[in-house]
Amino acid sequence: MRWIAVWRRNFLVWRKLVIASVLSNLADPLILLFGLGYGLGALLPSVQGMSYIAFFAAGTLCSATMFTASFESMFSGFSRMHGQKTWDAILYAPLTIDDIVAGEIVWAASKAWLSGATILAVAAVFGLAASPVVVLTLPVAFLLGLAFAACGLIMTVLAKNWDFFSFYMTLIMTPMTMISGVFFPAEQLPRPVHAVAQALPLYHGVELVRPLVAGRWPSQVLVHLGVLLAYAAAGYAIAITYARRRFSA
Amino acid sequence: MSVLRGRGLRKRYDSLDVVNGVDLDIASGECFGLLGPNGAGKTTTLRLCLGLTYPDAGEIELLGHPVPVRARQARQRVGVVPQFDNLDPDFTVAENLLVFGRYFGLPRDAVAAKVPALLEFAGLTGREDARINTLSGGMKRRLTLARALINDPQLLFMDEPTTGLDPQARHLIWERLRRLTQEGKTLILTTHFMEEAERLCHRLAIMDRGRLIAVGSPRALIAEHIEPHVVEVHGNGFERWMGRAKQLAGRVERAGDTAFVYAADPAPVLGDLSARPELSYLHRPASLEDVFLKLTGRDLRD
Repeated sequence: MRWIAVWRRNFLVWRKLVIASVLSNLADPLILLFGLGYGLGALLPSVQGMSYIAFFAAGTLCSATMFTASFESMFSGFSRMHGQKTWDAILYAPLTIDDIVAGEIVWAASKAWLSGATILAVAAVFGLAASPVVVLTLPVAFLLGLAFAACGLIMTVLAKNWDFFSFYMTLIMTPMTMISGVFFPAEQLPRPVHAVAQALPLYHGVELVRPLVAGRWPSQVLVHLGVLLAYAAAGYAIAITYARRRFSA
Repeated sequence: MSVLRGRGLRKRYDSLDVVNGVDLDIASGECFGLLGPNGAGKTTTLRLCLGLTYPDAGEIELLGHPVPVRARQARQRVGVVPQFDNLDPDFTVAENLLVFGRYFGLPRDAVAAKVPALLEFAGLTGREDARINTLSGGMKRRLTLARALINDPQLLFMDEPTTGLDPQARHLIWERLRRLTQEGKTLILTTHFMEEAERLCHRLAIMDRGRLIAVGSPRALIAEHIEPHVVEVHGNGFERWMGRAKQLAGRVERAGDTAFVYAADPAPVLGDLSARPELSYLHRPASLEDVFLKLTGRDLRD
């Protein structure tokens, strides 16, 4: 549990800048949610038995969680690792690179969870998530955060410079957001594209969160949880492997 | 009692043997200096001893723990001052110490209780709430030193502790390091300042191209490797005079526009020079720098 010291370090910095940090994590998704949700939603009939804004609120919860986890693990993580050399200093203490990787992943997931939870709270206030089962989206958001934090941290420990992240953002995250059912049902995509989406973590997050927001129990819960867990675990293992290579070689 | 023991340490990067068969024995309470030109392998040697880099071959025992296997346990009682400051810019001066103490698993109150004394040691009393980027280079160095003491280490590793500091800041660091040795702490530092090594270190190793090429006290190294007198000569015609000097002294070297004459007995050289007003000279006792240049050569290393 030594990684908690790393988590705590990041938490203490976050606490100093809490207002700016929360605003920057929420402004974009909420503007998109209400702009598209009410604007576009007015033109649409119900989607999968929900109002479009409720449908989209579930998607936004997942995509905001994904983006927060990814930005924190990549950009903030790289800044701590590379720019500030904070990781180097931590390694003088009785902590190892494994502890740092674990602390960073759990931290980024925690921050992502807060984004998801806040969007859920806003959705609840607007009556978009009324059933008590919506609280089950909270653990899902944390798991989704872990999956994306772990994948982001792989990029971080491989990165030579900041430009490296734009490939991941542009070539992986943006298309993933489009095909995973955030904005529209993924099933309406051509079959091969849908198959790609099914191999990616965001799709499974949406498949769990959306029924819960609507007050229903999701189908194939174990499959969705399993994929998210697999991404988190494999991402963690790969990130540790490359982190050790980068720091102890 | 040995606090650090290394046998046959090797580390290779690409095709370069950065550390190439180093043995180390550091006794408790001593100040040990690792002296060498840039790229000699000093920093890599320190990283190997700390378990931060894994050796290709060799054995390390740090405070009784085999490294890197039990490096974590060993580092519990070790402090590190790196070559480049990596204080946490997101925190104030006092927070840097508090947060760092928690990395050692120390309770918050125990760390907080230590902070005033450490700030006093670092000459930063009253600057608790200052941001890191408002500190001068000397203040940052002193805070890094204070940070390395947060866990009350038995042994301190310091990589070029005074590089980049002005003379005032450097003297203050030297004074603090002497205080630490008097308190019984063991110090291991790398440097390429001879003056620093001569003033602080009980024992030195000169490192070059991944090997330790000489080990001993500063005086012993001078006595063992170099003639006790040095005459530096420059001026018109010094090159022609070098031929004559070679008959009068043991060894004559040239660096740029100066001839360095090394002699056990300087009288014949000084006598000869007194008759040559066109040459100016400086007669001085041999120093560690002369040993260093003799052993590592005068070629530029970069």
